[in-house]
Amino acid sequence: MGFPVLTACLLAPLAAALILVFLPKDEDKLHKWVAAAGTFVSLAISLYVYFAYNKELGGLQFVERVPWIKDLGVTYFMGVDGLSLPMLLLTNLIGFSAVFASWNIKNRTKEFFVLLLILIAGVMGTFIAQDVFIFLLFYEVVVIPIYLMVIIWGSSKRVTKEYAGMKLTIYLLIGSAFLLAAVIATFVKSVQITGTPDMSFKGLGQVAFPEQFQIYMFLLMLIGFGSLLSMWPFHSWSPDGYAGAPTAVSMIHAGILKKIGGYGLIRFAVYVMPAGAAYWAPFIAVLGVIGCAYAAMGALAQKDLKYVVGYSSVSHMGYVLLGVAALSVVGINGAVANMFAHGVMAALFFSMIGFIYEKTHTRWIPDLGGLARQVPRLAVGFMMAAMASLGLPGLVSFIPEFTIFVGSFERFGLLAVVAIAGIIITALYVLRAGANTLFGPPREEYNHLKDIQGPEMVPLVVLGTVLVVGGLLPALLFDVINSGVEPIMAHIADYLPAAVQIGGKY
Amino acid sequence: MPFDYRLLTIEMIVAALGLIVLVLGLIAPENKQKGLGPLTVMGFLGALAAAMVLWNTQGTLFDGMFVVDKYAAFFKILCLSAAVLVTLGCTQYVRNMGVHGEYYAMIVFAALGMCVMASAGDFITLYLGLELMTIAFIILVAVNKRDGKAVEAGMKYLVLAGLSSAALLYGLSLVYGMTGTIMIYDIARLVAAGSISPVLIFALVLLVAGLGFKVSVVPFHMWAPDIYHGAPTPVTAFLAVGSKAASFAVLLRLFVAGLAGMAGTWIMPVAVLAALTMVIGNLLAIPQTNIKRMLAYSSIAQAGYILVGLVAANESGIKGVMFYSFLYVFATMGAFVVVAAVYNKIKSEEIADYAGLAQRAPLLAAVLTISMLSMAGIPPLAGFVGKFYLFKTIISGYFWLALLGLIMSMISVYYYLRVCLVMYRDDPKENTPIEVSGAVAVVLLVAMIGTMVIGIYPGPLSEVVNTAAGTFFLH
Repeated sequence: MGFPVLTACLLAPLAAALILVFLPKDEDKLHKWVAAAGTFVSLAISLYVYFAYNKELGGLQFVERVPWIKDLGVTYFMGVDGLSLPMLLLTNLIGFSAVFASWNIKNRTKEFFVLLLILIAGVMGTFIAQDVFIFLLFYEVVVIPIYLMVIIWGSSKRVTKEYAGMKLTIYLLIGSAFLLAAVIATFVKSVQITGTPDMSFKGLGQVAFPEQFQIYMFLLMLIGFGSLLSMWPFHSWSPDGYAGAPTAVSMIHAGILKKIGGYGLIRFAVYVMPAGAAYWAPFIAVLGVIGCAYAAMGALAQKDLKYVVGYSSVSHMGYVLLGVAALSVVGINGAVANMFAHGVMAALFFSMIGFIYEKTHTRWIPDLGGLARQVPRLAVGFMMAAMASLGLPGLVSFIPEFTIFVGSFERFGLLAVVAIAGIIITALYVLRAGANTLFGPPREEYNHLKDIQGPEMVPLVVLGTVLVVGGLLPALLFDVINSGVEPIMAHIADYLPAAVQIGGKY
Repeated sequence: MPFDYRLLTIEMIVAALGLIVLVLGLIAPENKQKGLGPLTVMGFLGALAAAMVLWNTQGTLFDGMFVVDKYAAFFKILCLSAAVLVTLGCTQYVRNMGVHGEYYAMIVFAALGMCVMASAGDFITLYLGLELMTIAFIILVAVNKRDGKAVEAGMKYLVLAGLSSAALLYGLSLVYGMTGTIMIYDIARLVAAGSISPVLIFALVLLVAGLGFKVSVVPFHMWAPDIYHGAPTPVTAFLAVGSKAASFAVLLRLFVAGLAGMAGTWIMPVAVLAALTMVIGNLLAIPQTNIKRMLAYSSIAQAGYILVGLVAANESGIKGVMFYSFLYVFATMGAFVVVAAVYNKIKSEEIADYAGLAQRAPLLAAVLTISMLSMAGIPPLAGFVGKFYLFKTIISGYFWLALLGLIMSMISVYYYLRVCLVMYRDDPKENTPIEVSGAVAVVLLVAMIGTMVIGIYPGPLSEVVNTAAGTFFLH
């Protein structure tokens, strides 16, 4: 085993957090630079890993294995494949940008950045862990820092930040209780069947669980991962939570944390319980489409910018679910790519809204207007995110959405058509929000506003670049994802009992 | 077989320590009294060292009345560690209370009782240890005799503990009447062989009631909030950890070893009690405004989780109980020592008065947060692994109970986070930092690091517990 690259990537933010703990309280600037340095190291490493990954070879690379808990068969098992890589990169892109999006935080900066760095490390851990126990360790680590950040630095507009924080936390934790029950049951069953404890995804994937068992377990996992992914009807934490949270938390939460739900669904639920996945697939598709349509219409009715993006992210996750439900290489490729695309786009959106709010002290669309004249750079970022959101060709999110529709149309026909129709509503609310905020006659009260500059530009530059590059060179993204999804689907095909049809008894 | 004194080493050290502290407390002049605390700590550390050195020494004494196996040794180490932390963490508190000699002596005797309970091989030893512990606790609860609340709590504990002892004794006598023996492992053979008479079932009810009181299982939990609230905080901590752990040691020995033959009769009722305890403990903790009362209800809920190990009634269940009890020591000690330290400064135990604690005393706030989150089972803290071990044992037989336990522990995050909310969000009413003495800082760090290390790297502890639980059935 060579240099533990992934562990270094994971520990860089934690090391920065540790340094922060020992810095004096009032050195605001220093805190920010330390945090930026920590996340930069991770970003650099993950870029290296992304491009050094051998796509032809596929499979897990950069593997690190250390036996951890013997009697539970837990190993500290880190590694990346085509499924983890985009998520790892996304995490660090957004983590790095989030530090700069929080550049104007004034009070208690030390605590803020310590919590932010822990949060980033926690999310990263879930994507590189190849052992379900270690995955769970990281999965819930993130919940408490988020709660503290929301209640200390959040904002109370439509709902109080205390309410938003608690709702977010309890929703996710109750969801994780179902997931945890499923994991424990799966583990115990696997020991009964094979006789040796093994908690790695790979090990559990090779156990032939009885079909009925798979169906029950998959449902529990779906509740757990689904509530994290804001699957309808477990989505209501999402708009409220984002509205209450400070910018950096909204970015990370909407950008990557949610994606743990989709990632876990593919990596664990579908991989280990293929028969369960096949049974519930139409159900997931229906929930996904309801989520798409319902949340898009919800977004249409919102006047608070953060609520618009909050509902829009629920709606986009509906597409991800639809892609997963297709249970085909094309569908899942699309789902993973869409998670990446939506992550970049949502993070950019939230960071721009954060700047608008900082400068104008409002997120209420009717109170805004004509900002494009006063803050042109900010407007560019906002519009890029908006265009990506409605799936403009040339930006990163067009091809993933297209792929999902192709994948799901084969399987579900009419349902996919309904989802495609959702795009139109998306265009409507996104364009309307953009028009009412940025265009129209400029308002005098905003004449004094300073455009984003210096460190504030980082989120726009970093995330904007990814939006464009990902749109123009989709192969960069899809080749990697495909190298990860194909083996998973091949595995499922092997382990799916021949008699099981997709859709089970439906 | 010659009488092997080594098997009694721990008890002898602790008993001698108790007598020395008691006598010194009477004859030492007022200004030297504060030296008793460090002396007690040293004594406990000596006993703890002995327990570790003698880890591999196993055997029975007095024809099986006193059992020394690794299972017993584990619980002794656990109770002695708790005793060390309690004594260390409370020197300031005790100084303010103004009682020394009798206080430390009673802590030592309570610990002695716990050690005896862990080794109980028959009903007499069991009862001896239990009463030694209980009587010491009655005195400890009321030790601050100028505090009306504490005296009231002591009175309540006296009456209720008496009642529960009566129930337990009656139950034990019925078992003796039906089997003709008081040796737990002989009963195991007799009960397994014969048919189960209704009298034994009645005895079972009484035993559950008597021991259920000690571990504060619903519906025998009513005393806990009042007494936890009224007692001096260090005593509350010891009551929550030591008394509970030792009682669980006895409970497992009595039920899983002694009455295994009639497991079919008691497992389902115990599962129902565990479910009730989790639900009621957690739900009643939500409206509390006093942190000690909240922690009391939360410790009731914890008892519900631990009881799950009894429902499993096998080796891995026992292992789950032992693992969880051990990490529970750190979490509870951390939380209560913070409460005691804060009380020393602000003279309040109301959650609202913890406002801004994160800025006045970051270490105290961090330890309290970590301890509470460990109790809630949030990774990467110890409570998560503990719950994993506990619920894994029943997941295939009692899935509903495991799911309920996991959901309830997530709900418990609600009231724990409300404390965090007050500590972290609000600005402090006054800015003077809260200082803690070196000893208290040591306890806080031990609690925090222990909780994190067990959570992140549970392997070593898990192996120790495995070997210890393995000796449980070897009789």
